[in-house]
Amino acid sequence: MTNPYHVVVCASVVPDPLQTLEPITGPSGPALKNEMMLPAILDPWASHALYEGANLVKHIAGSKLWLVSMAPKAKLQQVMMTVAQKVPLQLVAVDGPSSGFADAHQTATALAAAIRGIVGIDLSRLLLFGGWESASRSAGVTLQLIGEELGIVDQFQGVDAITPQEDGSFEVLERVEGARHQVSLCAGPPAVLGWATGNLGEPRNDPQVGMANMRTIMPALQRATVAAISADGLQYSNVATPKQQRQTRIVKDLPAEDIAREIVQWIKQE
Amino acid sequence: MDTILFLAHTEEDGTLGKPALEALGAAVELNQALKGTLVAALYGATAQPAADAIANCGASRFLAVAGEDFASARYATDAAACEALLRAAQATIVITAATSRSSRVMAGVTRRVGGCVDTHVTAIAAGSGSVTVTRWFYRQRIEASLTRTQRPWVLLLDPGAHSPWQGASGSVTPELIAVPVTESMRRTTVRGMITPPADQQTIRPDAKLLFVAGAGWTKKQKDGQTHVPEAETLIVDFLHKSKASLGSSKSLVELTGENQSALRFMSHLNQVGQTGATPRHPKGLSTCCHGEEPHTVGWRFIGERRAINLDPNCGWARGKADVLYVADAFEVMGKVNALLLPS
Repeated sequence: MTNPYHVVVCASVVPDPLQTLEPITGPSGPALKNEMMLPAILDPWASHALYEGANLVKHIAGSKLWLVSMAPKAKLQQVMMTVAQKVPLQLVAVDGPSSGFADAHQTATALAAAIRGIVGIDLSRLLLFGGWESASRSAGVTLQLIGEELGIVDQFQGVDAITPQEDGSFEVLERVEGARHQVSLCAGPPAVLGWATGNLGEPRNDPQVGMANMRTIMPALQRATVAAISADGLQYSNVATPKQQRQTRIVKDLPAEDIAREIVQWIKQE
Repeated sequence: MDTILFLAHTEEDGTLGKPALEALGAAVELNQALKGTLVAALYGATAQPAADAIANCGASRFLAVAGEDFASARYATDAAACEALLRAAQATIVITAATSRSSRVMAGVTRRVGGCVDTHVTAIAAGSGSVTVTRWFYRQRIEASLTRTQRPWVLLLDPGAHSPWQGASGSVTPELIAVPVTESMRRTTVRGMITPPADQQTIRPDAKLLFVAGAGWTKKQKDGQTHVPEAETLIVDFLHKSKASLGSSKSLVELTGENQSALRFMSHLNQVGQTGATPRHPKGLSTCCHGEEPHTVGWRFIGERRAINLDPNCGWARGKADVLYVADAFEVMGKVNALLLPS
């Protein structure tokens, strides 16, 4: 393979999914109660993108990987303590909100500026990776917007596989309706790939990789540019967790035959 | 006055899919509430069958981008088509279905026309001349309503969130918008689809029932042994007879990926919940599932819910299911299969 890639993975920081989330109204709009105190993780689908990107870089000589993340600096530092042990990476930090309620359009502008500012990046070799949706805003628009800002018109979402070909092109599998995958062949970078789960498991923590990464991560955090995200015509109302609580009928000590009969009857009801 | 644009891609046969008709239903309703102007725009290999099918929807204009270059779901050509249609319609609000094809391009298109976009919209309301949309944040854990002043405002309506438009078909000739396709827009070639064989197709978006299998199916049972092959047979038999769609918890899907003893037909595509899908079905039956909020979001949009679990305090079910059967799922599902006639 003679065509190295410059892989940039965009990944946000999200609350640990095991945490209970309670919305509150903050000075700049909706927020989460104790947001800065909530344990955070790297966004799950973006994490898959990171592992896939690292795997690609490992197998194609001359390729490079950057992780571009926008979050409050302290939160990003906390999450990097774990992420740094997973794969070799260079962090590009943007100090800004990671809230799901922050506007995606301005977030994308800030991230695109950060990508353009990466020293040594060749945008014609760029594979822009990320999750196809975040676990915070869950909109699936940020990567597309960044791609457009960077003039990239080969974009894929819900990606489960990328297979580089000898001629520099690559095949992409995208999830579409009905548990199907659309198969596309792209002539080469630049391209945007919003990842679903991919095919790789989470790498084991490697303390040596962690130590090597932390040498560059701490300076990157210190250099983090500040991104101010304003509401810009976006106004929220009725931000709430669903209140619906069902009155569960507990059926105990009923023979399996009777339960089965009840279930079949229920299934057949229109 | 607002111009509401209903925007849709056509299917392979030139017709509109159900999600597109649902988006049209929402667009017609919003247009009536705002007393605006409705424009319908279509793109795909051919647009005439779709245009005829919605000829009586009340649109004042019908626009189309059609041709072989627009047959496949490819970002570059789809984005160019949508951009041209948005500009031609001079829309202030755009409503389209959140299919995989439109979700791939609409944010990019929005940036080209200087607008804003909201996806996974579940409701659109108009009051006092302003429009409010509802969508979920943090993977179906927080619901919010929002409004924007920026225009055009592109809204992607989630499938199943609105009733489909119904009306008599007619005859209309859409205005064809020319979109030049350059070589750089053909850098990507769509080669086709990988579709699971019919007998292994376990995800059925239109099924009346979602059957959720949890990791409990692969755990040791009361005899101290695992019974994975029996679990597979029971589940496949049930899916075959009931035509239900199969969902799974994250833990069960990951067992499959780790090559542990797990259900062979299960993949990440079946996963529902925090990092999976949140499908819409009228009924849901969960079996051997455990877990709290991150997993239960997977059946946020399921109507009637029942669960089978040996644990009467199961977090999956308590307060979230209508009925919890405290029973052995192996035993119950075997009896259920015996009662269901093969379809």
